[in-house]
Amino acid sequence: MDQSALLAVLLTIVTASTPLLLAALGELVTERAGVLNLGVEGMMVMGAVAGFAVALMTGSPYLGIVASALAGALLAVPFGVLTLNLVANQVATGLALTLLGLGLSGLIGERFVGQPGVRLQKLAIPGLSDIPFVGPILFGQDVLVYLSIALAVLVSWVVFRSRAGLILRAVGDNHASAHALGYSVIRVRWAAVLFGGAMAGLGGGYLSLAYTPQWIENMTAGRGWIALALVVFSSWLPSRLVIGAYLFGAVTILGFFVQGLGVGVPAQLLSSLPYIVTIAALVVISTRRGRARADTPACLGQPFVPDR
Amino acid sequence: MRIELEKRPERSKVMAWASPIIAVLATVVTGGLIFAAIGKPPLQALWIFFLEPFSSLWSIEELVVKATPLILIGVGLSVAYRANVWNIGAEGQFTIGALMGGMVPVFFNTWQSPLTLVLMLVLGILGGMIWALIPALLKIKAGANEILVSLMLVYVAQLLLDWLVRGPWRDPKGYNFPKTVGFEDWQVMPVFGGGRLNLGILLAIVAAIALSILMRRTMKGFEVRVLGEAPRAGRFAGFSSDRMTLFVFLLSGGLAGLAGIVEVASTVGQLQPNISPGYGFTAIIVAFLGRLDPIGVVVAALMLAVSYLGGEAAQVALGISDKAARVFQGVLLFWVLACDTLILYRLRIVRGAPAAEGV
Repeated sequence: MDQSALLAVLLTIVTASTPLLLAALGELVTERAGVLNLGVEGMMVMGAVAGFAVALMTGSPYLGIVASALAGALLAVPFGVLTLNLVANQVATGLALTLLGLGLSGLIGERFVGQPGVRLQKLAIPGLSDIPFVGPILFGQDVLVYLSIALAVLVSWVVFRSRAGLILRAVGDNHASAHALGYSVIRVRWAAVLFGGAMAGLGGGYLSLAYTPQWIENMTAGRGWIALALVVFSSWLPSRLVIGAYLFGAVTILGFFVQGLGVGVPAQLLSSLPYIVTIAALVVISTRRGRARADTPACLGQPFVPDR
Repeated sequence: MRIELEKRPERSKVMAWASPIIAVLATVVTGGLIFAAIGKPPLQALWIFFLEPFSSLWSIEELVVKATPLILIGVGLSVAYRANVWNIGAEGQFTIGALMGGMVPVFFNTWQSPLTLVLMLVLGILGGMIWALIPALLKIKAGANEILVSLMLVYVAQLLLDWLVRGPWRDPKGYNFPKTVGFEDWQVMPVFGGGRLNLGILLAIVAAIALSILMRRTMKGFEVRVLGEAPRAGRFAGFSSDRMTLFVFLLSGGLAGLAGIVEVASTVGQLQPNISPGYGFTAIIVAFLGRLDPIGVVVAALMLAVSYLGGEAAQVALGISDKAARVFQGVLLFWVLACDTLILYRLRIVRGAPAAEGV
């Protein structure tokens, strides 16, 4: 493989990994607060349709990005009301959110099917992006790629180095103690749920603004679920999440690359690769059971009712 | 002023009955608001969506046909969820069931005997079980999350079906359409009275009654409830949660597989890339709306079938997108879960300044 082909593959890996990283980072924070939101797929697909629609109507992909984050956070609101205020089952409510998001985005997006979208332009950093080979990969990306990396660093710092992160983890690991210490468990969880929604929305927006700038029904194609798996895979550590998302993007793209070489493998087998790899990764990470257990936020999925 | 939750001393029997009804009414109201928002006459749209499906014998028959797969899948899921085991990949098990059962007419196209149908149904159940066995075993042996594994397998199953009907299993005389040979005579479900009503609904009712008895009258049903509600107590009683995971996955997977082969051997009539309008996912809503009770699931399945039929009718009459049905299904599940809170809690309006700490 010559250098330009390799460069092209590496660049596509970045585009394939970014939506996963964005959505998974949000879910990581949500789960750190002890809330399991299985609605990532639904929030992502709503972000995708909202981002596409707003970018198309205003002509600005940046407004599209804002809209996708808002749409994701907005869809997280009913989830928050049900699971946090009404202590409904988190698994079932998350599923409801996914079903609602898929339906609603289909309804809203119907008139956008087949329309060419607005593409998010690359934002080359002058000078640095001219470095041969590494320049375009590291410094020739669009704003969401930079943002995803910056947010990964920021989330890592906030979760492990700041007071806010300490409270977040306390709420996720032992909500009764956090409550006794005077922190509002529900309020912290609300913030985490809304952040998770906005990030999932951004991930979806990346799909319809940068990955393939168009609207296709169900265009997230299970990426929300893969993001959920990545959080487990990362043991709830942002640094490992970055590695996981990129490994995952690489596997997906290599599948397509192999197909491009004309190897006689059915297209459907290559398309199913991401799902099979996810299962394999879940099995590998879960087998080292002791460690995975220890990393899991202890109150994950448990409802909390304050006893004043 | 704010609203606070107050735990009831015991489950409210009244609310256990009333909550699904309140949820349905709230969904209808929400539906009206959605129709108004997209510029359709709300009352007329609601009438077409929710009541017209009951207006003729033909549509009631169609309602039962649509409810059949929902009942078959929903009753299995209701038992699994009772055990706190989250099989959400029924859509995939449905697909593999259809595919395994469909092998009979694909490979032995001319074999016609009552046994043909029996073998198809048995293979359908086996197919669903095999697909459900994967998340169950990975959960038991490796501790892999069953929600994610079962869901991932839905995509894999659909791609597998897609490949087979476009490639090796394609009907050579089918003008290159992505479908297998059509199923005929003993390869399809017997119908009643010349309409579309078929044997499938009887199988579904039998499954619902059998599982209702299992849950209410047998030790196994007791075990499901104990392990679901109090896993620690269950372990002290000597129940194995691993065996339970395996049991409910095989049960719900087998029933989803049966639903799959029944569907392709009746409504669809062949294997093709698209064999289900999301029955496996709608059945999750059915299970919850039916209060995770097999008989309740039958009622809930009929109600969800209305949303499919009403969706089609509203599309024809008012040009409302068929996607609206999916939205209603999602909204309905939200309301069901919200109203379920009322069974265990009382809402109390607290006046005055909020306490320093709280909601």
